[in-house]
Amino acid sequence: MMAVQAARPIRIALAGQPNVGKSTVFNLLTGLNQHVGNWPGKTVEQKTGTCQLEGVVFDVVDLPGTYSLSANSPEELITREYIIKEKPDVVVAVVDASSLERHLYLVSELLPLAVPLIIGLNMVDVAEQQGIKVEPHVLEAALGVPVVPMVASKGQGIHELLARIQGLVCGKVHYVPNVPEIRADHKEVLSSIQSLIGGCVPPSYPLGWVALKVLEGDKQLTENVRLCLSKEKWEEMQKLLKLHEDACVAVAGGRYEWIARMIRAAVVKPRSGQITLTDQLDRWATDPAWGLLILAGILGIMFWLTYALGSPAQQWIDQNIVHALAAATARALAPLPPWVKGLVVDGAINGVGTVVSFFPVLVIFFVVLGALEDVGYMARGAYIMDRFMHLLGLHGKSFLPLFLGFGCNVPAVMGARVIESEHARVQTILLAPLVPCTARMAVVAFLAPAFFTAPTLVSWGLLLINLMVLAVAGWVMSRVSKGEHVAFIMELPLYHLPNLRTIALTTWQRLQSFLRKAGTVILAVSVIIWALSTLPHGNIDSSFLASFGRLLEPIGRWMGLDWRMIVALLSSLVAKENSIAALGVLFGADSQARLVTVLRATLTPAAALAFLVTEMLFMPCVATLAAIRQETNSLRWPIFSVLALTLISLAGGVLTYQVATWLSRW
Amino acid sequence: MQNSSCPVQAVSDRCSLSELESSEGASIVELRGGHSFRSRLAALGFTPGTAVRMVRNLSHGPVIVTIRDTRIVLGREEAQQVLVTMEGHDDGSTSS
Repeated sequence: MMAVQAARPIRIALAGQPNVGKSTVFNLLTGLNQHVGNWPGKTVEQKTGTCQLEGVVFDVVDLPGTYSLSANSPEELITREYIIKEKPDVVVAVVDASSLERHLYLVSELLPLAVPLIIGLNMVDVAEQQGIKVEPHVLEAALGVPVVPMVASKGQGIHELLARIQGLVCGKVHYVPNVPEIRADHKEVLSSIQSLIGGCVPPSYPLGWVALKVLEGDKQLTENVRLCLSKEKWEEMQKLLKLHEDACVAVAGGRYEWIARMIRAAVVKPRSGQITLTDQLDRWATDPAWGLLILAGILGIMFWLTYALGSPAQQWIDQNIVHALAAATARALAPLPPWVKGLVVDGAINGVGTVVSFFPVLVIFFVVLGALEDVGYMARGAYIMDRFMHLLGLHGKSFLPLFLGFGCNVPAVMGARVIESEHARVQTILLAPLVPCTARMAVVAFLAPAFFTAPTLVSWGLLLINLMVLAVAGWVMSRVSKGEHVAFIMELPLYHLPNLRTIALTTWQRLQSFLRKAGTVILAVSVIIWALSTLPHGNIDSSFLASFGRLLEPIGRWMGLDWRMIVALLSSLVAKENSIAALGVLFGADSQARLVTVLRATLTPAAALAFLVTEMLFMPCVATLAAIRQETNSLRWPIFSVLALTLISLAGGVLTYQVATWLSRW
Repeated sequence: MQNSSCPVQAVSDRCSLSELESSEGASIVELRGGHSFRSRLAALGFTPGTAVRMVRNLSHGPVIVTIRDTRIVLGREEAQQVLVTMEGHDDGSTSS
């Protein structure tokens, strides 16, 4: 028996509601043996991994966090379809011992799926702190399902969990689950539906469960049944459903009544009115004035870290690694034809260097983001910012993704995943490139002091212009295309101490996914831009890129810019800070100091300002475009983004130049 | 006038969740609105008869409530769709 078990890995699926510490359990189980991708055809993260205990291999799938198994969100669909179609050996339902009632709701939905279930009773320590006592054995006896007490944040209960899983798969555990039944007043209609839809249930779906979901008004399954049912039967069922329109609430109420019976003996709760740490912290964090200050403080620290640690680290990497590598490679390639050196050094190494130099800022942003998520603060920030985001036709949930854009637009676009509504998510993704990233601020920081007596003021002004354009764009978008009103419902999880392991792992996963998505694209485009700037004659003045720049010169003239400035703008497509490097090449300046002198001689301040405004609002870099394509699963939105932002940025540039020139005559 | 924020009406003392003041308790009577909204709320535990307590209600913007040991943020429009009764929940200290 054991030999058979060892030969085939045991397939486990982790299910649970959001904020239950499910990822911590997953990370504990799999460590670095995990793979992060997307569920096929969905922008929902899929995590899979493996672990071993005494020679037995476990394949673990982390299902998305869901409150229920209705078809209200892609996460819920993925979870139920996986369990029904893939039939894992065991489903582990991770529940929070400190709010057991609500967490058992998902369990009450999982049990009718007739898949072996084990309950991971997590956060036992948090429950004890609140004076809540849960008796695992009593709960186990009531549910008829193994219950394993755990404190995942401290690594407690994992071995026990794996042992119980193994025992269940080997048939060593007496497994007779107590499956919840529907409330008496809905029994009749349920059995009528069941007999109507018999034979019309998709393969491997339990009939009783489908009937229950249809009664609850599940859109997906009802549609499935409609396509198969005869007209008479369909109409008969519609009549039944009309009579029981309240069924979705009644059925949920029935489940909660069942839960109350299950936990009556197992849970001892203190009298309510006890003030928890979360209550105390929330008194400040959700206060309209203090909450805003706290949020501003956190964001301020994040900025400070980016500039105090991220930028110097970026420069250090650039000088000591990228440049050193480029110089060494150039020496090594000297005997070969010059184009080889050009391709490798100016094309490939430059591209890799750009990717690598993003790392420090990204690490800082991902660590801070991971910590805020893990501590439980994110939802508070979303609550505080909701009133401002409403002006853009968005929810509070859009704020943090957009804020991430100040570091780099790529995590901003990826971060928009937290928004449930497709419409609001696309809108947030399209607005993200208007948030000026550190790369753009670096261009401003280089050029502004060269032309203006008050560079800081100009920098703030440029930032403000971007945010104003963002606000107007958001307002216009929410007016032009009104999405259906999506309910703002959000759990405020309990605060808890951050788990360094979880933060480190999420940071690592996000960096990896950035590398995979953006890295290759940046490298490829860097090589292409290099080729365009060299071919056909080997110098930039007569290159394809230059011809393209000259083609666009008429537009540039309205902004006081010649073709070289246009080419510099275009080269920001690889990465925003590439504009400076491109200017260096185009103006034949071998040092940044010389470049400043040459630029001063060529550009009027009005033209320089127009250039900066355009650069700040210009089309997203390829990494961001790749992320937009990935996250929206279409080419339409990246193309729209390029067109819209090109238009906006050029209009902004022309307007700035004309107004500035007109003003300077006075 | 009773000492509560529910306007006293002839038929009953039902009011919407958004009318509760901070730290007032009530019990859920009915969910209104679209199907998927009601289904989401019901899954979170907003089922008739359940005790709910208002944690923070500013005059505008979303509200924070506690239900079944969980803090939930609801947009104001969403909170208006949840009907509650204050009967037997004068000080919010009652729990199931």
